[in-house]
Amino acid sequence: MVDFNIATVLTPEIAMAALALILLAIGLLIPPGARKGMMPLTAFSLLGVLGYTLFDFFHGTKALFLDGLYLHDQFAVYFKVLFLAAALLVVLSSGGYVQKLAEHRGEFYSLIMTATLGMMIMAGAGELITMYIGLELMTISFYILVAYLSDDARSSEAGIKYLVLGATSSAILLYGISLVYGLTGSTQYTEIASGLGANLSPASFLATVFLLAGLGFKISLVPFHLWAPDIYEGAPTPVTAFLAIASKAAAFAVLIRVYLLMMNSQAFSGTGQTLLVVLAALTMILGNLIAIPQTNIKRLLAYSSIAQAGYLMVGIIAESVAGVKGVLFYAMIYVFANMGAFAVATHVSEKQGSDQIKDFAGLARRSPLAAVVMTASLLSLAGIPPLAGFVGKFYLFSAVMDSGYTAIAYIGFVMSMVSVYYYLSVVKVMFLGEGEGLPDIPVHGAVKFTMVFTMLITLAIGIYPTPLAQMAAAAAQSLIK
Amino acid sequence: MGTVVFFIFAIMAIAAAWGVVTSKNIVHSALYLVLCFSGVAVLYVLMNADFLAAVQLLIYTGAVAIMIVFAVMLTLRGDISVSNTENRHWGWGALVAALVFIIMALVILANPDWRILATPWTSGGSAEDLSLLLLTRFMIPFEAAAVLLTVALVGAVVLAKGVKESK
Repeated sequence: MVDFNIATVLTPEIAMAALALILLAIGLLIPPGARKGMMPLTAFSLLGVLGYTLFDFFHGTKALFLDGLYLHDQFAVYFKVLFLAAALLVVLSSGGYVQKLAEHRGEFYSLIMTATLGMMIMAGAGELITMYIGLELMTISFYILVAYLSDDARSSEAGIKYLVLGATSSAILLYGISLVYGLTGSTQYTEIASGLGANLSPASFLATVFLLAGLGFKISLVPFHLWAPDIYEGAPTPVTAFLAIASKAAAFAVLIRVYLLMMNSQAFSGTGQTLLVVLAALTMILGNLIAIPQTNIKRLLAYSSIAQAGYLMVGIIAESVAGVKGVLFYAMIYVFANMGAFAVATHVSEKQGSDQIKDFAGLARRSPLAAVVMTASLLSLAGIPPLAGFVGKFYLFSAVMDSGYTAIAYIGFVMSMVSVYYYLSVVKVMFLGEGEGLPDIPVHGAVKFTMVFTMLITLAIGIYPTPLAQMAAAAAQSLIK
Repeated sequence: MGTVVFFIFAIMAIAAAWGVVTSKNIVHSALYLVLCFSGVAVLYVLMNADFLAAVQLLIYTGAVAIMIVFAVMLTLRGDISVSNTENRHWGWGALVAALVFIIMALVILANPDWRILATPWTSGGSAEDLSLLLLTRFMIPFEAAAVLLTVALVGAVVLAKGVKESK
């Protein structure tokens, strides 16, 4: 047993909770004129926590505590780094949106902090109740963020839709948890695994399906994806970015733990595997095909993110260290690629008041930097070398082929080819479109930094993936001994 | 004796739940909800989960249902007797609910090895036991729930007041 202090191990979580409350208080205390400082303040504090968590990943004490109810392994810390990086980029690119708010600016950042805290608890949870509380903390923060502007009818509508559908999915998840508890008498992953034993009964299968449905909603796995396009379209764009990137990654962190720790029995493997293969194939096929006719950039990115969830599922199906490593690697580069695309979409829609793809016409002339960043991000999502997305897909698909599932890998290849078409059609509009009468869009400050930073990271990891791949491999090994 | 009480209150809870869904008047629906929650509270008592029963009465029956009635009174305009309007998808909803019920019932009845206690649970479940668990093993979800409640409060204020766009 390693000697450790709970407070040291939980530092990032405690820091995030404290920061959320401090931001709330500062938002109330300082005069309205000084509230421009909220964004840099949030960004720098997030940077501090991110730096500490990165240090923790390499050098910190790793421990299971409270009888293994909470896990502080490299897997959890890797995901915490991912959430914090995503939150930081979202905060940096949200300055323009927050400037539009007449009041409650502090609360906006505070809610981003609490959503991040919920995700961190999800990643660390070693049992179902802790996981559920973390999930609700994240989801309730998102309900509020999605419906933030009361003037905006689409935003309010998206908020109501997300609330109703999210509550339904939570109910299904709870049903699954209660079935699991009834079957095994425990909520802890490892004890459940031994309690479920070797045979797959109808009851344990139903519990699995309910758990998968509840988590699949957050991941927007087909057939639980129907909420995603409407809510992504209606929500404020920075919130959409956070929802598409971080909440999905958090649900993946839970799904990997649930699937590989809790349902790893021989009997489950066969049936569960078939279920996952079918769902992953459907997700990749439908997500990519429905993305093709979209005319709104946020809906296009929504369907593309559904398809990306399908690629990530492929790594879980592999059920190996290489597969989990692929998921971790891809989830991280997905943060940067998607964040770049969303940063450009946010900026353009704020300056032009439109999310239509046709209004991106001539962006290459009107705002060269934004057009280049968008192109790099989309090509990375499509998996074109030398960008990071190519390496990520290579890890995912080679892992699943090594595990003997060739069919799903081929579906992934073909659908990646299909995705190139709709990603490139956006690029075509930006570079070849005329864009007569549309304004020039200058890019400054934090938004410019976000765009350049995400593009550089996407390019750098694509050319030299080794450091991130080593981190992902270490995290995957901490999960599967 | 216990079985008789169980069936009386279980049937009451289910009948009340039916009333919630079918009633045309939303205040009646809310009152049926009170009845339904109270029935469930009695079931908790039968399982010797006294504290849970008290919490169920206080929070669900007391706070949630009364809040619904208040919200209805403060916001509703027009004739209250047709406030819970007919749902067009009633048939589909009933079909899905019936299917889920049948599947669940079949699976639960078919499964032989539920973790059923050999002797009925007589001790524990008191506030003291729960508080010990909450402050030791379940410390992290307990603290996170506190943050969650703060978030819900902030959210209620933000959404109820409404955030305007600045000029």
